[in-house]
Amino acid sequence: MQPTTHAFPENARKALSDERLQKVLAIAPAGFVNRRKQAADRLPEFEALRDQGRDLKNHVLANLDTYLEAFESKVTGQGGHVHWCRTDQEARDAILGICRKVDAKTVTKGKSMISEEIGINDYLEANGLTPIETDLGEYIIQLRREPPSHIIAPAFHLSKKDVEGTFRQAHTDLPADRVLDEPKVLIAEARQVLRRKFQQADVGITGANIMVAETGSTVIVTNEGNGDLTQILPRVHVVIATIDKVVPTLEDAALVLRLLARSATGQEASAYTTFSTGPRRPGDLDGPEEFHVVLLDNGRSALLGTEFQEVLRCIRCGACMNHCPVYGSVGGHAYGWVYPGPIGSVMQPALLGVKEAGHLPNASTFCGRCEAVCPMRIPLPKMMRHWREKEFEQNLQPAAMRRGLALWGWFARRPALYHAAARMAVRALGALGRGKGRFASLPLAQGWTQHRDMPAPEGRTFQQMWAEKQTVEKTLADKKGKR
Amino acid sequence: MADSQSARAQILGGIRKALNSAEGSEEARRRLATHPRNLIPARAQLPHDRQVELFAAMAAEVSATVELLGGMADVPGAVADYLAGLNLPAEVRVAPDAALDPIPWDRRPTLTVTRGRARDTDGASLTGAFAGVAETGTLMLLSGAERPTTLNFLPDTHIVVLTRGQIVGTMEDAWDRLRAAGGGGALPRTVNFITGPSRTGDIEMRIELGAHGPRRLHILLVED
Amino acid sequence: MTDTRPAPRVGLFVTCLVDLYRPTVGFAAVKLLEDAGCTVEVPASQTCCGQPAFNAGDRATARDLARSTIAAFEGFDHVVVPSGSCAGQIRKHYPELLADDPAWAARARHLSARTHELVSFLTDVLGVTDTGAQYGGTVTYHDSCSGLRELGVKEQPRRLLAKVEGLTLNELPGAEVCCGFGGTFCVKYPDISNRMVEAKTADVKGTGADTLLAGDMGCLLNMAGKLKREGSAVRVRHVAEVLAGVTDTPPIGEPMKSGRA
Repeated sequence: MQPTTHAFPENARKALSDERLQKVLAIAPAGFVNRRKQAADRLPEFEALRDQGRDLKNHVLANLDTYLEAFESKVTGQGGHVHWCRTDQEARDAILGICRKVDAKTVTKGKSMISEEIGINDYLEANGLTPIETDLGEYIIQLRREPPSHIIAPAFHLSKKDVEGTFRQAHTDLPADRVLDEPKVLIAEARQVLRRKFQQADVGITGANIMVAETGSTVIVTNEGNGDLTQILPRVHVVIATIDKVVPTLEDAALVLRLLARSATGQEASAYTTFSTGPRRPGDLDGPEEFHVVLLDNGRSALLGTEFQEVLRCIRCGACMNHCPVYGSVGGHAYGWVYPGPIGSVMQPALLGVKEAGHLPNASTFCGRCEAVCPMRIPLPKMMRHWREKEFEQNLQPAAMRRGLALWGWFARRPALYHAAARMAVRALGALGRGKGRFASLPLAQGWTQHRDMPAPEGRTFQQMWAEKQTVEKTLADKKGKR
Repeated sequence: MADSQSARAQILGGIRKALNSAEGSEEARRRLATHPRNLIPARAQLPHDRQVELFAAMAAEVSATVELLGGMADVPGAVADYLAGLNLPAEVRVAPDAALDPIPWDRRPTLTVTRGRARDTDGASLTGAFAGVAETGTLMLLSGAERPTTLNFLPDTHIVVLTRGQIVGTMEDAWDRLRAAGGGGALPRTVNFITGPSRTGDIEMRIELGAHGPRRLHILLVED
Repeated sequence: MTDTRPAPRVGLFVTCLVDLYRPTVGFAAVKLLEDAGCTVEVPASQTCCGQPAFNAGDRATARDLARSTIAAFEGFDHVVVPSGSCAGQIRKHYPELLADDPAWAARARHLSARTHELVSFLTDVLGVTDTGAQYGGTVTYHDSCSGLRELGVKEQPRRLLAKVEGLTLNELPGAEVCCGFGGTFCVKYPDISNRMVEAKTADVKGTGADTLLAGDMGCLLNMAGKLKREGSAVRVRHVAEVLAGVTDTPPIGEPMKSGRA
């Protein structure tokens, strides 16, 4: 997927004038926010679990080599295969290679952000295979050839009418006069259509919310059950996951699971949490004959030891975007690539480069709501600031802003000059603005006055008035003393 | 595979360089061997009776239905009545699980019982479970030669026989039971934790049951 | 007060926006602090806390301004700031900015530990429960982000407002959601900022309050500017003005009365 992250301001403007999207954004994120809060409030230990989640992931990252090797040896010891991949291209090739080896035609897919990151669907299609998304939301947007707009609710920007139109266009073998007016009916139709696909599939690809080093298991968390049908019906199960998803033990998986569903959807637990370990065992009546883990780095290990290491704690719950007022204004597509919201504003510069994705860490008020709800306590605003520092070091910010900032910094380092300049500026503005108390437009401040008035200053600086007050009080005191 | 090997060396080398670690850590190996517990919420740390109540309440909250039975002998009647109550065919696909052998299916001859993995045409399945997790009303099911996983996902209706004694407080308690049951620390191919029937909120954020997996999850909670 | 300890010596960090736009807030802060028994001084060598540079990625300038702020406020028992945002910069970010500067790290931590946002200083440090003010009106209160999430300012202003005679507080739905100011954010991404402040002013109007209060001038200028543009009659003030009973200056964005410079 070609990123359009560099065009964030234009993307955002488009999103802001998209009335249908704005209607959805006015309701949907608030639903997630309320449900998360109820779930968190119901578990008195929730905040302490967040501390432990943070500490656990820090421990994992500090011992990542050990845990990855342990995971690998357990997978291979149980008849599975691990494919180490440095880049998205290596991962695409590894997956295509597995598919070719079993002469696969149809590939079903569970929901996986990494598969979006490596663009596997387009690649498989270009190579003559048919990939089919099976998560309902992903299926809908695949039919529409759109990217997801939210990491756990990929189609939440669409209405049921949109979905009806999409299904009528795609499911041409079904009667044209069928009624498709309710989510229930739409879901039943998708279920029926996808059942056939599940049965046809030669390979099933899922992501992994967690990899367990102790047992060599991969874990998926879903509500629909599509991820399970994806992995138990085809002959081959391929898991695509990045190296940061490993945890040491089953107990540690339990900790992450307690945080994940509550933070994501506000559920106590998702409907299906499935631990998959190796291929089917002798005597098993179902399950895949082959089990492959495509273990992808794609820039993660380069973040270790840097100011961005902590972002690797992310468990992809989406709470940061649900609580983000910027995401809530423009939705996911404006971010121009796979990861939207605050996590995207930190990850996309890491994956795409700060030149392509530099807008994202700037498009934040640093309100801190993302960090306040992140189950792994990732300091997202701090990391966005670090990206701004990189931009500053590389001279990537707009020249006018840099010059303005430099000039202001020059004054601010010189208190006497600063106060004198402040007095002059405030006197001029105050004299101009006192009649109305505000400005409807101001030179050099169109960004502000385009949408709102600029309140006028009172006319004198506090420092000036305070100094005068001190002089007056001192004079009075002196006079009193003389008397 | 050669590519994978050089990628492996490069990724692990890069990690070690960034972490300043020559070859793994003793602390990590100890954690793997001893699998210490993290914080366990107080919610399910209860006497067993109360854990059973909690399980039933939490399962009901996620739209599973729970029916209490006096013994395995009551299962055939309960299954037949449940299916009849929903106007569903009196047919059930049962896991070929030795743990379910005590069920006297012949007491309800009108009920058609077949055994094996799920087929596309099966409307209802019946399986056992390895454990019930009280904290979240979750069932834990293991795959195996007698326990095909397809039964848990393909049919519209999934009926699960769970005995009171199988109910534990937390997921950690369930892991301990599984470790104690043997297998040398190896997990079965598939461990399913199931919390209520299949659902989706993908269309306009409205929760609907029965997305891809079962629309109904009925738990027969049997006295030991 | 029957306390016999010497009056705490408080250095007031005025903040740029109060200095430039709203000296009234500075005087309200001084009054609140003096009424609570403090001696207040305003070092003339202070300028800006450096947050604009810090948030623009210019750490060198941010460090320079942190050092000069630290120097300007050494020797006070407490440093008080009528802004959660600037107080947060000093409390939360100075120690981090200067952590690897051996000459300044300890001084940064020392200043951090003594620096407080105004309202929470009154309640949490001085134990003020009632400022003795009067305000005839129905107000609503916006929780500015830095004060709320960096410093835990939430109940403190509400406790004191509850004691203001004649004042009714209508809670603002979404009071904890950002107003869209965000420093340079509001001019770099004006359309997104506008969407956010629009949502905020709609919520404000929905409360039926005649006055909107908050603890940070940045947010107040943003919300007042939008309310004025929308032709709303809601008055906008810094919470210190109401708590100090200093409400003779017209609300933010209203014409100045003549006769007062």
